[in-house]
Amino acid sequence: MSDRSERKRDRPWVFRTYSGHSSARASNELYRTNLARGQTGLSVAFDLPTQTGVDSDHPLARGEVGKVGVPIGHVEDMSALFEGIPLDQMNTSMTINSTAAWLLSLYVAAAERSGVDAQKLQGTTQNDIIKEYLSRGTYVFPPEPSMRLISDMVAYTVDAIPKWNPINVCSYHLQEAGATPVQEIAYSFATALAVLDAVKARDDVPDEAIPRVVGRISFFLNSGIRFVEEICKVRAMAELWDQITKERYGVEDPKLRRFRYGVQVNSLGLTEAQPENNVIRIVLETLGVTASKKARCRALQLPAWNEALGLPRPWDQQWSLRIQQILAYETDLLEYADLFDGSFVVEAKTRELLEEARTEMEKVLAMGGVVAAVENAYMKQRLVESQTARSRAIEVGDQIVVGVNRFTEAEPSPLVEGKQSILKVDDAAEREQIERLNAFRNRRNPEEVAAALTNLKDVLSSGGNVMPASIRAAHAGVTTGEWSDALRELFGEYRAPTGVVARQTNGAGPRTQAVRERVRALSEQLGRPLKVLIGKPGLDGHSNGAEQIAVKARDVGMEVVYEGIRLTPAEIVQSARDEGVHVIGLSILSGSHGVLVTDVLALLKDAGLSGLPVVVGGIIPDEDAETLRDAGVSRVYTPKDFDLTRIMGEIVDVVAESSADH
Amino acid sequence: MAEALNLTDDQRPERQAAALKLLDILEREAPFPGAARIGITGAPGAGKSTLLDALVRELRPRGETVAIVAVDPSSQRTGGALLGDRIRLRSGSSDPGVFIRSMAARDRLGGLSDATHAGVTILALVFDRVFIETVGVGQSEADVSRLVDTLVFVANPGTGDVLQFMKAGLLELPDIFLVNKADAGPIAERTVSELESGLSLGERSDAAWTPPVLLTSARDGSGVHQFVEALDAHRRHLQNDDRISQRRGEAARALVIGALQRRYGSFGLQQLGGLASLRSRLAEDPTPSAFTRIARLGAEIEEALRKSD
Ligand code: B12
Ligand SMILES: Nc1nc2c(ncn2[C@@H]2O[C@H](COP(=O)(O)OP(=O)(O)O)[C@@H](O)[C@H]2O)c(=O)[nH]1
Ligand SMILES: [Mg+2]
Repeated sequence: MSDRSERKRDRPWVFRTYSGHSSARASNELYRTNLARGQTGLSVAFDLPTQTGVDSDHPLARGEVGKVGVPIGHVEDMSALFEGIPLDQMNTSMTINSTAAWLLSLYVAAAERSGVDAQKLQGTTQNDIIKEYLSRGTYVFPPEPSMRLISDMVAYTVDAIPKWNPINVCSYHLQEAGATPVQEIAYSFATALAVLDAVKARDDVPDEAIPRVVGRISFFLNSGIRFVEEICKVRAMAELWDQITKERYGVEDPKLRRFRYGVQVNSLGLTEAQPENNVIRIVLETLGVTASKKARCRALQLPAWNEALGLPRPWDQQWSLRIQQILAYETDLLEYADLFDGSFVVEAKTRELLEEARTEMEKVLAMGGVVAAVENAYMKQRLVESQTARSRAIEVGDQIVVGVNRFTEAEPSPLVEGKQSILKVDDAAEREQIERLNAFRNRRNPEEVAAALTNLKDVLSSGGNVMPASIRAAHAGVTTGEWSDALRELFGEYRAPTGVVARQTNGAGPRTQAVRERVRALSEQLGRPLKVLIGKPGLDGHSNGAEQIAVKARDVGMEVVYEGIRLTPAEIVQSARDEGVHVIGLSILSGSHGVLVTDVLALLKDAGLSGLPVVVGGIIPDEDAETLRDAGVSRVYTPKDFDLTRIMGEIVDVVAESSADH
Repeated sequence: MAEALNLTDDQRPERQAAALKLLDILEREAPFPGAARIGITGAPGAGKSTLLDALVRELRPRGETVAIVAVDPSSQRTGGALLGDRIRLRSGSSDPGVFIRSMAARDRLGGLSDATHAGVTILALVFDRVFIETVGVGQSEADVSRLVDTLVFVANPGTGDVLQFMKAGLLELPDIFLVNKADAGPIAERTVSELESGLSLGERSDAAWTPPVLLTSARDGSGVHQFVEALDAHRRHLQNDDRISQRRGEAARALVIGALQRRYGSFGLQQLGGLASLRSRLAEDPTPSAFTRIARLGAEIEEALRKSD
């Protein structure tokens, strides 16, 4: 027995919790509590208006302000967010993408105001726009100008904020959208290469600086329940990154070729049914990215047991933080060298993933790289296909999900029984944030604001770097919406392909065929094919559910109109009318179903379409489902309704009932 | 408007009769020449939808109203269809001056259906311009050209679809050629010269109109203004010497023949004395409504078939 105090342990990864809500002040309190509980870094969740570049009082922000993250409209919000937290000592990770240059500018401005020099700042802006088009949905501008903003940030930070990771290339969100391990590796690496190639091509970054730039690229990964495969995946990524950075960019220093990554473990597989089981899933998933020392994550954040129910409360997040602490401090994991070196099994699987990923990555590169493969929808279509395969496997029972399609008989969970077991954001948060925003607008110097915006546009249209002009705008009191509008004016706005293609899938089972027959019969009665509109109102970017519903509806013979994410209720109602659909299906996971569904119903009434049935799906707590049904919604679905064939049958019922009423 | 389209789309016999009546009235009473009817065709991914969006943004500020019928030829009536890819950007989808309806192609033979024809007829009454977006797959160019005054072909530079298009002998149909994605640089210019040299070889039925080849970028908006000018020039050209009556008349006859052929096959046409005799009959027939003609001649064929049983 060795003496405990003598054992050498590795330093653990950084413990983080992805959080933020309501207001800068409320989030600041939360951060300070979390730090006091042993969290060692911050991970900021912004609300959707901030992520998509609109101010809190913009029509699209309605119902979304402070909901799923903190609203940051200007430099004073940013200062309030970090009040009492010394920025020169903090490591801050910001989940921000299309508006990343702006939020980093606000961070720099807030630091400077508190007397901290930008040179000292440490942290990460997520800043991977490609996976926004493929999965996450908070893109604003078209791919090319967006890539330019990223390369500007890389070029700027390498000297001006040398400890900053300007981009965290993400495979995390690809897995949440259904990606296989091979797709995760291939598409994220192809993204990293696009960024590095763009930086390398710049005149203002000397060739000698490239190895340092490579060294600053970090990744953000996912880890799913198949943790053995995940261990092999991270080992494959570490090896492939080492190879590529040497071959393609000639990086000689092995330290700069190291594959550095942070993680949030898988949430897609966390269930609404028997939610206590999720804790076990989270623990196992954590092993995937911690077990192998050689490819261990640098930072880790874990979802909570109530992931599929709604937003976590501080206690829920604390429970997840404890998982990390127990693993790092109680177990002996950190006392050993790599556990898998020399394992034939792990080595073989690693090799297989690496080879397949390289092939798929090269396919994308041959297409012209990730920008081309976003625009021609290649990658998005592959993800939707993978997700469809996953949905089917769960529906027919080929993929077992405990508590969902097997072992469903259970004691009621004491964690949820008759309890409010999620965080509710106060509706007053939106109003108060708008009041603060207006007060701020009145306080600032309008001439300075106008001059800073003109300067920003001039700099951008003459090819200059976005960062210095944005930092100046931050100091001048420009708002998030104003900064983004200036860029919209120059770059335009983009809508990404939905990836939902008209390719017929074969091999429908008997249940699907039965529904297909019912659709055919009802279409005959209706005189034309049953036509459905799948709509995603508001800023919510969760598209998996809508895509799967659209694909399934097509498979059972319906005509499906699906136009992608981020539409206003007015746009949805107009489409429903112009298209002559028989039923509207809305998918809302952001928590703003209250406002958005009410708006759609009211607009339908104004359009003389109050007889048009509406069904709703998403993260809808039971009480809210009740309210929605009372307001006239025909059916409400939540994640526990994994049986898509049954849902389709019910949609046929809904249309049949409504057409009988006429 | 949408209601009327729902009606003409309805296959139930009593609704079909009502729809026919409505369409007949509309075709007779509609002001002539009325709305500009424009077909936009080209390979998938060429940028047709994005271009339409750019057009909407060009035309709406001038006060012009726009209707778009987006036809998805890959889907059939009973197979289910995904019609999501309507328009790429959000340039006014909650603006009452813009109307978008997507349709599955419906016909088993891949032709445009009567519903599309009906849709255009109805929308032309209300909107200043009616666009039909359809994927170019040979047959559909000919189909759309019967529904529109102006046919526009959108080429995707560097993809080889221009060559295919030329090989298929379809070069004489379009009135305007666009090479989109001008922002892609020299490759787009190369496609322009390919097209131009292809065009210089062919004969065209309307010798008085030389189809322009324009470079556009739906992405940055360049060339879109010129495109609208070309559309207007072609409309003026058609209105000279009343070419438009001729064109619509020919198109309507082709429509009637096409519809009868699809429904009853060549055996059916023989009941009317064969193609040539049908042609001359149509040329003399004063009924302006194609819908009424299709219904009447259809009834005649059915009658003849019944007798021959
Ligand atoms: C996957 C996922 C993501 C992916 C989304 C990928 C994509 N393209 O869809 C990524 C990683 C990008 C993501 C991002 C975010 N997410 Co998220 N995400 C999830 C997660 C884990 C699963 C959702 C999912 O896709 N399920 C699979 C699909 C098939 O199921 P579904 O959508 O529920 O659909 C089923 C039913 O609900 C129903 N249904 C749904 N829609 C419709 C429509 C019709 C017509 C019908 C009939 C039925 C129906 O049928 C479907 C079939 O079973 C959930 C938690 C969970 N486990 O549910 C959180 C969750 C939805 N996310 C959440 C949040 C906060 C975010 C972020 C906003 C975080 C942030 N601050 O930045 C971001 C930003 C996203 C954005 N732009 O809006 C919260 C929402 C909180 C709330 N409602 O109060 C959740 C609940 C997690 C949590 N507890 O905090 N997320
Ligand atoms: N670079 C560039 N891309 C374009 C242009 N027009 C369309 N695209 C892109 O080409 C792809 C296909 O466009 P879409 O309009 O859907 O094509 P459609 O299938 O012909 O309707 C999309 O990714 C568009 O963003 C253009 O002018 N330039
Ligand atoms: Mg299109």
